[in-house]
Amino acid sequence: MFRMTLNVLRNLFTPKATRLYPARVREPFAGYRGQLEIHIEDCIFCGLCARKCPALCIAVDIKTGKWECDPFACVYCGICADHCPTDALFFADRHRAPAEKHSLMSYTGQPPKKKEKSVAATAGSEAPANRKSAPAD
Amino acid sequence: MARTVIPFGPQHPVLPEPIHLKLVVEDEIVQEAIPALGYVHRGLEMLAQKRDFHQMVQVVERICGICSMIHSLCYCQGIEEMMGIEVPRRARLLRTLWSELHRSHSHLLWLGLFADSFGFESLFMQLWRIRERILDLNEATAGNRVIVSVNVIGGVRAEISEEQQRWILGEMAGFERDMNRIRSTLLEDYTVKSRTVGKGVLTREMAYELGAAGPVLRGSGIAQDMRQLGYAAYGDLDFEPVVEAAGDAYARCKVRFGEVMQSIRLVRQILGELAKETDPALAAKVKGRPEGEVVCRVEQPRGECLYYLKGSGKPQLDRVRVRTPTFANVPPLLAMLPGVELADVPVLVLSIDPCISCTER
Repeated sequence: MFRMTLNVLRNLFTPKATRLYPARVREPFAGYRGQLEIHIEDCIFCGLCARKCPALCIAVDIKTGKWECDPFACVYCGICADHCPTDALFFADRHRAPAEKHSLMSYTGQPPKKKEKSVAATAGSEAPANRKSAPAD
Repeated sequence: MARTVIPFGPQHPVLPEPIHLKLVVEDEIVQEAIPALGYVHRGLEMLAQKRDFHQMVQVVERICGICSMIHSLCYCQGIEEMMGIEVPRRARLLRTLWSELHRSHSHLLWLGLFADSFGFESLFMQLWRIRERILDLNEATAGNRVIVSVNVIGGVRAEISEEQQRWILGEMAGFERDMNRIRSTLLEDYTVKSRTVGKGVLTREMAYELGAAGPVLRGSGIAQDMRQLGYAAYGDLDFEPVVEAAGDAYARCKVRFGEVMQSIRLVRQILGELAKETDPALAAKVKGRPEGEVVCRVEQPRGECLYYLKGSGKPQLDRVRVRTPTFANVPPLLAMLPGVELADVPVLVLSIDPCISCTER
């Protein structure tokens, strides 16, 4: 009958199992997939993320240089970030805050120029230069 | 007294998910139970015919919110068998490790809900506090608490570092200590026993004939555990199925408690094997597309899960059929309800560990 009493007494003298969220937030573990983010200047608009995404929440347009993601459809599996050839996609360890309205993550970047022009273009603009250095990282 | 039909569910305080039972009651004794399912059907099997077979790994993982990793494990094993892919041993060991972590946190969730079903709130909270240890292990090693997304066709995506392995070992010691503290309350307390012993008895013959699976079957004295097929790295591990003969709700609770303790021992064995494994490869290369058909079986926390996969050399599979353990355990539930008091129905419904979103997919 009193088997639980020992546990109850022990709980009186041990720290609380819960914390006063959101005043006290636990530090996330390294590698926690909180939310998807992108360094758009590193993106080469290859569209691999859009093709691999199991939730089909990413849309990439190489012509206009537009990268869009529906964060409310994202399932946080991390497949897109795994496949990204330039590591432009990554997961931040803080999870997304709740929102009242549906919104898209929309970024516009510099789409890559055609191959024969790319050597000349890198000298002039910053964005392609970043793209070139990204795979070496 | 005249017969009355009392609806149980789809919304009921003890039910985490919607299942509807029409209970035909006479003098508060259940005479018959008529089930109604279909509240959370999502058509995931149909989706398999539209998505790439690689993308489906993450989709099947979301069939169940608790034993998610084991769903994707079964699917990946099926595809690997179809395509003749040899999975590196390290990946098989890691898969086994995460699958045992999933088993223990699923059973702890159930033990807590079970305690809650007969009104033992304090025990419920204690068990869920222990469960947080496992969820932290999942989050730190795989990046998410429950839906870990570690499986890919050919292996796994994440590695567990040596430092993390030591931490897991330490956590297992604490986990075992916590479980031993709770053991006497859960298994020997007068109030727990009075609500569970002798309730909803499923005899060995009934369990066999009605096709029960998992702890419901093992709680009725049949030692059947799909892990003994030796899939992933289970063939290298030493364990015996946990069996109880009584067949009542208490026996099913005891089986699940025993399996949590077994999972702790298995995790220790796996970590020992991981330390000996020298090949660092985590995933084999996948070339080509699946062709042919295959049936793959694994042991989920709730019992045997069966996948039928059929491919014809296209990026999409022709058919994915999932038979989940709760689907198998609904007929035994309907057989154990007649003759019990209405007040015991929530305890018995929970005693099969119903996972409705698994069942309806």
